[in-house]
Amino acid sequence: MIALLLRDMRLGVRSGGGFGLGLAFFLIVIVLVPFGVGPDSEILARIAPGILWVGALLACLLSLDRIFQLDYEDGTLDLLATAPIPMEGAVAVKALAHWLVTGLPLTLSAPIFATLLNLESPGHIWVFLSLLIGTPALSMIGAFGAALTVGLKRGGLLLSLLVLPLYIPTLIFGAEAATRGAAGLENATPLALMAGITAGSIALLPFAASAAIRVNLR
Amino acid sequence: MSETHRTKQARDRWNWFWEWANPVKFMSLSGKALPWVAAICALTLIPGLVWGFFFTPAAENFGSSVKIIYVHVPTAMMAINIWVMMLVASLIWIVRRHHVSALAAKAAALIGVTMTLAALITGAVWGEPMWGTYWAWDPRLTSFLILFLFYLGYMALWGAIDNPDTAADLTAVLCIVGSAFALLSRYAVNFWNQGLHQGASLSMDQQENVSDVYWQPLVLTLVGTSALFVLLLLIRTRTEVRKRRTHALETRERMADV
Repeated sequence: MIALLLRDMRLGVRSGGGFGLGLAFFLIVIVLVPFGVGPDSEILARIAPGILWVGALLACLLSLDRIFQLDYEDGTLDLLATAPIPMEGAVAVKALAHWLVTGLPLTLSAPIFATLLNLESPGHIWVFLSLLIGTPALSMIGAFGAALTVGLKRGGLLLSLLVLPLYIPTLIFGAEAATRGAAGLENATPLALMAGITAGSIALLPFAASAAIRVNLR
Repeated sequence: MSETHRTKQARDRWNWFWEWANPVKFMSLSGKALPWVAAICALTLIPGLVWGFFFTPAAENFGSSVKIIYVHVPTAMMAINIWVMMLVASLIWIVRRHHVSALAAKAAALIGVTMTLAALITGAVWGEPMWGTYWAWDPRLTSFLILFLFYLGYMALWGAIDNPDTAADLTAVLCIVGSAFALLSRYAVNFWNQGLHQGASLSMDQQENVSDVYWQPLVLTLVGTSALFVLLLLIRTRTEVRKRRTHALETRERMADV
């Protein structure tokens, strides 16, 4: 399983345009927002946590179809299905690899990009913390969506239609935790609820995702 | 008495229900039930709507806009109930592999999305004179919009997959996971914003209820809309079963030609 994790991470980093692309996309979204709403730093600071969350979510969405698609095409997924490790474990490890390659860089860069949006100093730490807790759920939910659409020729657009509604609760709690934290308010409740979603997703969704993959491999 | 014997007996007791899962039996039973359901639908929905639209007084503070309640409340109720029905049908498909169940879930989705859209639109039309806005990010409105998105995703997945059994399996998994997340969204949205929408108007708690003049035709339309759903569901499921049969016949013919 560790070998699988390392292999997936290596593929994610080295294969063309996977690794840097998500980060670059995130940066571009952040840069575009001031052009859209105007350079008023007060407005920007107020919406910054929400923008960072939406941007991270969209950047996460970009690389989702890579989780299973290539492995499905070259038959690696069949081998994984017949391998002695449980399918659920393989799915969880692949989601973890996706997070390490996509979610973690986004989380680390978000406080830096937040400067572009004039976010005040306590906000940085809360954006970072909320993304750190929330992005694993995004990767896991995304892996489930990718498992559903793995057998399709052009599943990309369908994948976003399926996954984005599933992202709503995480986004609500995550952005709420970051916004409240940035405003200096108490935010333990949304943070705890989001952590609950993350933990629940990691515990249960591998089963649903591997059920979907088994159906697709039939 | 052994354990296996007892479970077999329990299964026999429910046989009348599972018989519906046999497509032939389903076609004959639903064919017989169809005119009755249509009659119930016509006898409740039409009088309910006529009574509601023309023979109820215009309410204080509301004017005659209150009458949209006879479309808004039943469609909103069905929008949620149809998703629950799809969840149950999906579970039956996953556990017992009855094809009629999967086809019924597929058939219900379009009716459900129509009901959700109808509830959203009538709500917007009603909201304009009452709250002064067509749309507000109120928890109930938002959760209906989210439900609408879930319906869209579910139907898109059905449409995208060619193999009917694969499609049935994957949509069933999506329906189950989606239900959990739809429920989560419901509470997340509540947490996110406090709303304009009134509380329950049909609860058992008499304090909150609408007055009897409006309540009686509303019950009729509620029953009528449920009957309408069953009617449309039966028709659509029958069409799906027939489509399957035609497809099977065509395939057989092609095989014979080769």
